Amino acid sequence: MISKISESAAAALADIADGSTIMIGGFGLAGQPVQLIDALLEQGASDLTVVSNNAGNGDTGLAALIGSKRVKKIICSFPRQVDSYIFDALYRAGEIELELVPQGNLAERIRAAGAGIGAFFTPTGFGTTLAEGKETRVINGRDYVLEHPIFADFALISAYRADRLGNLTYRKTSRNFGPIMASAAAVSVAQVDRIVPLGDLDPEAVVTPGIFVNRVVETGDRFEKEEWADVR
Amino acid sequence: MSGNSWSRAEIAERLAQDIPDGAYMNLGIGLPTLVSNYLPSDREIILHTENGMLGMGPEASAGHIDPDLINAGKIPVTELPGASYFHHGDSFGMMRGGHLDVCVLGAFQVSQTGDLANWSTGAPDAIPAVGGAMDLAIGAKSVYVMMELASKSGVSKLVDVCTYPVTGIGCVTRLYTDRAIFDLGPAGATVIELVGDTTVDELRELTGLTLHTSNERL
Repeated sequence: MISKISESAAAALADIADGSTIMIGGFGLAGQPVQLIDALLEQGASDLTVVSNNAGNGDTGLAALIGSKRVKKIICSFPRQVDSYIFDALYRAGEIELELVPQGNLAERIRAAGAGIGAFFTPTGFGTTLAEGKETRVINGRDYVLEHPIFADFALISAYRADRLGNLTYRKTSRNFGPIMASAAAVSVAQVDRIVPLGDLDPEAVVTPGIFVNRVVETGDRFEKEEWADVR
Repeated sequence: MSGNSWSRAEIAERLAQDIPDGAYMNLGIGLPTLVSNYLPSDREIILHTENGMLGMGPEASAGHIDPDLINAGKIPVTELPGASYFHHGDSFGMMRGGHLDVCVLGAFQVSQTGDLANWSTGAPDAIPAVGGAMDLAIGAKSVYVMMELASKSGVSKLVDVCTYPVTGIGCVTRLYTDRAIFDLGPAGATVIELVGDTTVDELRELTGLTLHTSNERL
């Protein structure tokens, strides 16, 4: 019988090795896999490359992971936020490498990795400093930049419901990078509010089919948690 | 309006009149979000937010905040009937694929041929961040910029060639400012509407550009 259920976030991340590339879902707090990030912090792997839209807020979650100096490089679109002081300080000190990628190119590079695309031409970024050194081509009179896929060893994402096969549903804009990151990693781990019995998820409503998901961890209903206090 | 210039709210109000019924539109973070306050109530205009939603409603009021429902500025918002959610790959595919009708952005500088500079001032000590700026710049059938024509120190932000790092090349189709509205394109900037008693000659002096005009009134 297939069961992708992990008993804890710690168990789900136990085999992350030093030097791994880790995708972390979320856009701001929406869809941020908070318990998985905390477990990664506990787990201790270092020399990590992190792929995420942002570079952490305040001093918890991804910011804490970066602050622990176990992230050597981050690939993201928008590191600078009002409360990204941990990343800001390390970046200014030259202690973390940054690959800045336009958000849509970041998403498409992740999607391409999961979809078996070798590379793709995109108009986004053409003629800008973020496309310097990259191959370009004119196709049907329009300028394009060649971009390559981003693969990961692990993807840590947050979803709403899962079953034991790893089928996932999401809530509202917390979906963001979850489905594409799940497809782009060798091992995809989803934290979900609740794992439901097989057959309870409407097959028409499944957003990420279980084939893209290796491990699911039940972390409890999100709205009872303290980390939403500031948002409310 | 005071004399010959519009407030930011007035720029937004004017711009909103040009959004057609049925348009799918993305409003950039910051100044452009003002436009949503002035959309004509008799038109159905669908707002897109890059973090994966069409049919975005107004900002959520206290007590009705859902942490899973935010906009690109990470501000809690609401959903309207007919809303839909999708992942980032689809959301940016909507832009890149030319499915959005209008995108409204702010800018540090816009060139007369429609180059946009709005993501970086190039300051050496700044933390770089681009977000969806470059995707939005090329991501709609019409890309509108709203900004004050001059900087606080009186320097024109409509320029011959951008001196700040560009976000996109030849992407801005129309520029709404506090002094005038311009169409931009390969032939340069064309004044299509003047604010108050502003004259084209004043604009030429301020911008140092030739500036075409679109009709006799100008």
